[in-house]
Amino acid sequence: MKIHEYQAKELFKKYAVPVPEGSVSEDPADVARIAAQLGFPVAVKAQIHAGGRGKGGGVKVVRTAEEAQQAAQTILGMQLVTKQTGPEGRLVKKVLVEKGVRIKKELYLSIIPDRETASITIITSQDGGMDIEEVAEKHPERIIKVAINPLNGIQGYHLRQVVFGLQLEPGLMKTVSAVVRKLYNLFVDYDCSMLEINPLIVTEENEIIALDGKMDIDSNALFRHPDVVAMHDPNEDDPMEAEAAKFNLNYINLDGNVGNMVNGAGLAMATMDIIKQAGAAPANFLDVGGGANAEMVENGFRIILSDPHVKGILINIFGGILRCDVLATGVVQAATKVNLTVPVVVRMEGTNVEEGRRILSESGLKLINATDLADAARKVAEIVT
Amino acid sequence: MSILVNSRTRVLVQGITGKEGQFHARQCIDYGTNIVAGVTPGKGGQTMDAVPVYDTVQDAKEQTGANASMILVPPPFAAEAILEAIDAGVELIVCITEGIPVMDMLRIKNYLEGTKSRLIGPNCPGIITPGECKIGIMPGAIHKAGGPVGVVSRSGTLTYEVVHQLTQVGLGQTTCIGIGGDPVNGTGFIDCLERFNADSETEAVVMVGEIGGNAEEKASAWIAANMKKPVVGFIAGLTAPPGRRMGHAGAIVSGGQGTAEAKIKAMQECGIHVCKDLGSLGKLCKEIFV
Repeated sequence: MKIHEYQAKELFKKYAVPVPEGSVSEDPADVARIAAQLGFPVAVKAQIHAGGRGKGGGVKVVRTAEEAQQAAQTILGMQLVTKQTGPEGRLVKKVLVEKGVRIKKELYLSIIPDRETASITIITSQDGGMDIEEVAEKHPERIIKVAINPLNGIQGYHLRQVVFGLQLEPGLMKTVSAVVRKLYNLFVDYDCSMLEINPLIVTEENEIIALDGKMDIDSNALFRHPDVVAMHDPNEDDPMEAEAAKFNLNYINLDGNVGNMVNGAGLAMATMDIIKQAGAAPANFLDVGGGANAEMVENGFRIILSDPHVKGILINIFGGILRCDVLATGVVQAATKVNLTVPVVVRMEGTNVEEGRRILSESGLKLINATDLADAARKVAEIVT
Repeated sequence: MSILVNSRTRVLVQGITGKEGQFHARQCIDYGTNIVAGVTPGKGGQTMDAVPVYDTVQDAKEQTGANASMILVPPPFAAEAILEAIDAGVELIVCITEGIPVMDMLRIKNYLEGTKSRLIGPNCPGIITPGECKIGIMPGAIHKAGGPVGVVSRSGTLTYEVVHQLTQVGLGQTTCIGIGGDPVNGTGFIDCLERFNADSETEAVVMVGEIGGNAEEKASAWIAANMKKPVVGFIAGLTAPPGRRMGHAGAIVSGGQGTAEAKIKAMQECGIHVCKDLGSLGKLCKEIFV
């Protein structure tokens, strides 16, 4: 689960990681007042879950209260388009108002779990403030990676690898080490799947300040972080995906016109792929899970049908523990209730498949039976093209 | 022959009195698995059907000689359940639970090193040697005993689809392993491939991967260097949008890494027969393996 910059910075403060003085607001007049209190220059920053805000016009540095109010008026309510939002952009509802700082040097720092080595990896560079992927490509020698075994945690030598690697002046090493250690602790304590500060700055006064803050928290760990759950911003959710999540359905909205409902994530991905191979395009990813029941199937149907692009639906179920007859009953019940407006191709295989097929064919519904996966994809592609 | 589990495997079930635990323990017993004990803290001394229940894994292991565990406990307790099984010296730990935090798995993965335990999963369907032993939630009936094909996969129902097609074309299986859909798991592709390579009954292997990470690429390189038997591969997720988790916590393309295209390319370069169309996987295996 992603959180906003201002929320990440609240957690930074909790861990005594310095951030610029400032506060968050939804109201331009309020922004002007905050800015005047902070003293100029001041940065007004759009709060959305996407990077590249500056280039998209979502960050403005201002020198008077009037300018601050104007900047807030422009940014609040805008559909901010960045390289990470897609062409439709993201509605800005909050801005972070921050006191300007005098930057001497910009660093990059991020922490991620490394699935390959089962370690927690700190990535840092003296080329902060730039696109880090570009730095990694052009100057790989300027990227420092330090892998930490989570059983032992962060040690002094890890920190020395960071500060010597960054070629910091000796006077700064202690301060930077302390900040990195605190961020590591924050990362572990809060089950982060990503923590990134770009830039982490050294000021003219030789202070270290997190000028930006991005955090992504492992959704599977939210049960032990109620304070993070409280930070959830429904404004950032795709409405259909949020609706699906209410029913424990795993749904992702895509561009195509073939709605599909599958049990199991791997099979769902493979079903999307086979739809594409048959010459059509999937409208979604929808995994109803191994233990799907009639109610989940019904809700799945409703969500797929609420997408106006859907011209046909493919249901692909591999009945295992969940028997095909139970599923067929669920499909029939759901289809009767939701008023099906598009053709549905059903491919079912596995336990009690004959009984399941009989239930479907006797239901009187306009369901198209497919004999196997290839047949199913072909039939649904014919419908939509 | 088979790998990792057979008719002599003695299985305990952690979480046997829960709804899921009870249901799947019964399914395994019906299949013929030798379920010798259950563990639910506070319910020691009771029985689930005829299976004795113990308070701790250590008790269950000492009393029954169990050498494998199937874990079906909710995610907040699953990491501890794995640690309990490791500390009790259980040799094979199969964790079905989906939703264990990555931080917990990072610690477990490191803790496992140097112990005598092997972990399969988490977030997996389990492992089955058809006709002998099923430790997991896969439907037993779709399998065909006697080999010659070994199956290893990151997925659940997608594995059932593959196994079903193999059975349909008359190809039995030696052992089928779901290694799980999480970014950090216990046993990986290469562990399984090594064993299939050494197993006299396994003549060919089907390897099912998906987007995310680079386990398939590494396994492909291992195959090119070591594998003596033909391998058919399949990768799910060609149409998955980058940056999105596709159901499985580990199924995500991030920063251009872990794409299906890259995995398919690596497999092909390493001599793996890549199946591009899932509908015809069984047929392809028959052509190559028979």
